Parts: sequence; structure tokens; C-alpha cells
Amino acid sequence: MNFHGILSIYKFEMGRTMRTLGQSIASPVISTILYFIVFGSAIGSNIGDIDGVKYGAFIVPGLIMLTVLSQSIANASFGIYFPRFTGTIYEILSAPLSFVEITIGYVGAAATKSIIIGIIVLTTAGFFVPLEVQHPIWMAFFLVMTCVTFSLLGFIIGIWADGFEKLQLIPLLIITPLTFLGGSFYSISMLPPFWQSVSLLNPVVYLISGFRWSFYESSDVSLATSVTMILVFLTLCIGIIAWIFKTGYRLRN
Amino acid sequence: MTQAAISVQSLTKTYDSGLIALDDINLDIAQGEIFALLGPNGAGKTTLISAICGIIRVSDGTIEICGHDHTKEYRIARGKIGLVPQELTTDAFETVWNTVSFSRGLFGKPKNPAFIEEILKDLSLWDKKDEQIRKLSGGMKRRVMIAKALSHEPEILFLDEPSAGVDVELRKSMWRQIRRLRDNGTTIILTTHYIEEAEEMADRIGIINKGKLILIEEKKTLMKKLGKKELILELYSKITEIPTALADYNLLLSENGKRLTFTYDPSKKNNGVAELLDHLKDSGIKCKDIDTRQSSLEDIFVTLVGQS
Repeated sequence: MNFHGILSIYKFEMGRTMRTLGQSIASPVISTILYFIVFGSAIGSNIGDIDGVKYGAFIVPGLIMLTVLSQSIANASFGIYFPRFTGTIYEILSAPLSFVEITIGYVGAAATKSIIIGIIVLTTAGFFVPLEVQHPIWMAFFLVMTCVTFSLLGFIIGIWADGFEKLQLIPLLIITPLTFLGGSFYSISMLPPFWQSVSLLNPVVYLISGFRWSFYESSDVSLATSVTMILVFLTLCIGIIAWIFKTGYRLRN
Repeated sequence: MTQAAISVQSLTKTYDSGLIALDDINLDIAQGEIFALLGPNGAGKTTLISAICGIIRVSDGTIEICGHDHTKEYRIARGKIGLVPQELTTDAFETVWNTVSFSRGLFGKPKNPAFIEEILKDLSLWDKKDEQIRKLSGGMKRRVMIAKALSHEPEILFLDEPSAGVDVELRKSMWRQIRRLRDNGTTIILTTHYIEEAEEMADRIGIINKGKLILIEEKKTLMKKLGKKELILELYSKITEIPTALADYNLLLSENGKRLTFTYDPSKKNNGVAELLDHLKDSGIKCKDIDTRQSSLEDIFVTLVGQS
């Protein structure tokens, strides 16, 4: 294992984050504050409790998920796309690094940044609503697994994309709608039965449901289903990345 | 026999589009030599380097680096290679120190600030170590690329067009640096458009065109084998045509009729120079000046590429 190589990529990527600290941290914090002002206070005060949880508090897990999903994809996709764009990828490809090591370096850094932002959003939320986390270990599990899995997805997007426009395409057209429709701001039990069934096709529902359960023991689907789904998604992403490196798709051809 | 630093056998690279970028390349590069790879644009120079360095996949053939297969033993093989690419591709916002240290880490080497300091000092970059790369001149950036390639102490160094966009002074300074590396045992492979660079530096020359290696030869042998010499005769009086008595010499008469050029092989004992001068005298043609010119590697290169 080339530990120095992994650490170099990880530190390099984290260094990039530190150089753009204001943009990296301030942006999600401001967004969260705005969400709380609009949904938590302005609209939320007129909405009743959901599953015994005040609406302002109910949306906290969804808001964290919303932020970490988009941040994970953005960080990881940009992390691998930028060296492809500038040509510095030659150095990674010519170094004695396996695909596992390259992936750990980039995805590890992207996931770390997302986890930090997730914690910052959680802390920010604490200033607006009373928070309770009934299962902190499960909360950490879902946070970490979501950040890692969606960073893997971002990594795939960063390799697939051949322009900055494509880099934004999947997050904007697929991930953001799925997150909004995945129960970030509501429980899917509030939907008509038909749309409840349709919602179950949305993988983000399982992530938000499991994450929310760790806060309030209230969920749309069972904990086991949420855990299974995230593991399936993780395995799928790892499989695709293994295929990319095996074939050299968009990297070594 | 000493093990080759690089051994390439039957190497072929065909792109998905059907373009054959490398066609059955066979090449052995000895340890400690400077090998210059010449070829016109699109000949396959960079593709060959990329294949050896593991940046692109090959379609067929084998590559060994100091006896290690470049795919099965890629960690050992790649660890021995440093690459200075043609393009100045660096992370513009990183400092010189960080980017060079990053490169060392990628190759699995632990931190060694003293060694990085030595490289930066050798390349006159020490006073720029904390500068962001985007603030450096083109020549400085080129040196940073060399520092990055040397940061993990490679045994083999690839320099892809190292003099592109570099002024004469810096070019000569880089040549000195390259020679020092060779003197320390590093094998150097350089591609270049500057024939002068290959002529100045290389021990052996390879010429590639349309994906095929059309010639590999010791530079001196190549110059001797293919190098022609020209005898240039400035005439005292203008002549309108070459006398029939001189027809066997294949002389070339200049447009103004005041210069004759005779091309001969200097390695031959009876190269015809003495006889020509006698015949000129017999024909009543007087010379006011005589000069000779050795054909350069550039002439040889142009001839070979033109023939292939």
C-alpha cells in the first residue's frame, strides 16, 4: 500500500479546501440559516408537529443530508475533474498508485470535507431549534456512509464529465430533485398512497429516513432497509470505479 | 551485458478511432545514456513516453523498466521513472515547495526537506519556494516541472520537449543540469524538435515517424554514416553552365553562376575532392574562395523523415 501517496492526494485536496475556506464553509452555513428562517420559522411556525417532532427540528436531518449530498458530489467530482482538465492527472497516473489508493485519496478528502460541513450545519441548526440525537452512533454511521457513498458518486461523475457543464448536469438534474423529493422537508407518509409508492423508488428517501431515525426514532422506512440501501449504493459505486480503472475509461485511453 | 533501463518489445498502440499511434516499436535504452527521440509533430513521441510511463494503455507488446514489467510490477517500474511533460501542467495556486513535496509523496517516498531543498537550489528555485506557481515565468515553471520529476529520486528521467518555449540561456543551463544528472547515473530520454539539442546532448538518436521507429543509431555513427560534406567553391568569374568534363561530379551551380557545390562522403579515401580541383584547373575555372560544410543532424533528420 502506498500510504505516502494516499496521504499526499488527501492533504493536497484538503489544502485546496483550506485555500477556499470562506466559500467551502460560509456557503453551506448561510444556506442552512436561510432554510431555517424560511422553512423553520416563517413557514414552519404554521405547520404542526410531524410524528411528535416540531417542524423546525424535523427538517434538520433532511437539511444536513441535502447539504452533504451536494457537497460530497461537488467536492469529489471537482477534485478528480480539475486535474483532468488542467492535465496534471498525468502525475497521478504515472505514480505507483493503485486505483484503490487514488480513490481513497480523493474520496477520503471529499468525504472529510462533507462530514465537517455536515457537523457545521448541525451545530448551526442548534442555534435555531432544540436538537436531540437519540442514536448518535447511528447518526455518525449514516453521515459518514452518505458522505463516502456520494463522494464515490461524485468521483465517477468527475471521471465521466468532459466539460464543466456536464460536471453540473447530474447534481442539478438528478441529485437535487431526488433530495428535495426524498423527504428532506416532509415525511413521505404525508403524501397520497400512490406518490408514497413512487417515492420508495427514490434512493435518497432511505438515507434521509435512516438519518432522521437516528435523531428522533421516526422514519419512513425501517432502519434495516435504510442500512441495506446505502450499502447497496456503496457497493455499486465501488463496482463502477473498479470498472473505470480496469478499462482505463476516460483516464488511460 | 548490463540490463537495459528500458526495454520495449513489439509495442503497439491503436486508438478507438483506429489510428495506429505506435506500430511495432522495439527499443532498448541502456542505463546511464542520453537517448534523444526525434520526430515531426504527431509522430508518436509523446504517445511512446505516455505508454512507458503508464499514462495510457498499450494495445500490444511489453515494456520493462530495469527488468520490471510495467503492468505486473507497476509499483517498482513506475517508481523508477520521472516525467517532465511537454505542457506546463501544474496546479497554479500551489506553492513551489508544496507541489514538489506532493510529487515526492505520490511516489511513496517519505518527506525529505533537505533533498527537496537541494533540488530547488540546483534548479535556482530556492528563492521562489513559497511563490504560487501562477506567479512564475514560463522558464521557472519548466524548472518546477523538472524539480517535480526529480523529487522522488528517479533512475530514469523523461523530458518531453524540455526546451519548448525556453530562451537560449535557460536552455543551455538545462542542458548542463541534464548532463549533471547523467553523470550521476540517471538515464535520460528526451524528445525534442530542436535538432541542435539532440546533437548537443544525445549519445544515441531514435527517429520516429508515423508511429514507427525508423532508425536507432549512435549519434556519432549516424553523423558519420549519413552525414555528407559539401565543398563550396566561390568562382572568380561567372559561368553559365557546368563543363561536360565535370559532369561526373554532380555539381550544383548557383543561380548567379558564381558558386559550385560538390557533395561528397568524407569517410571515403577517394572522395573526389582532389580530382575535382584538378579538373577545375584543367577546365580553366578559377576559384577565389573554398569552404566546406558538414551536414547537420537536422539535414539527416529531414532526409530520413522525407524518405519514410
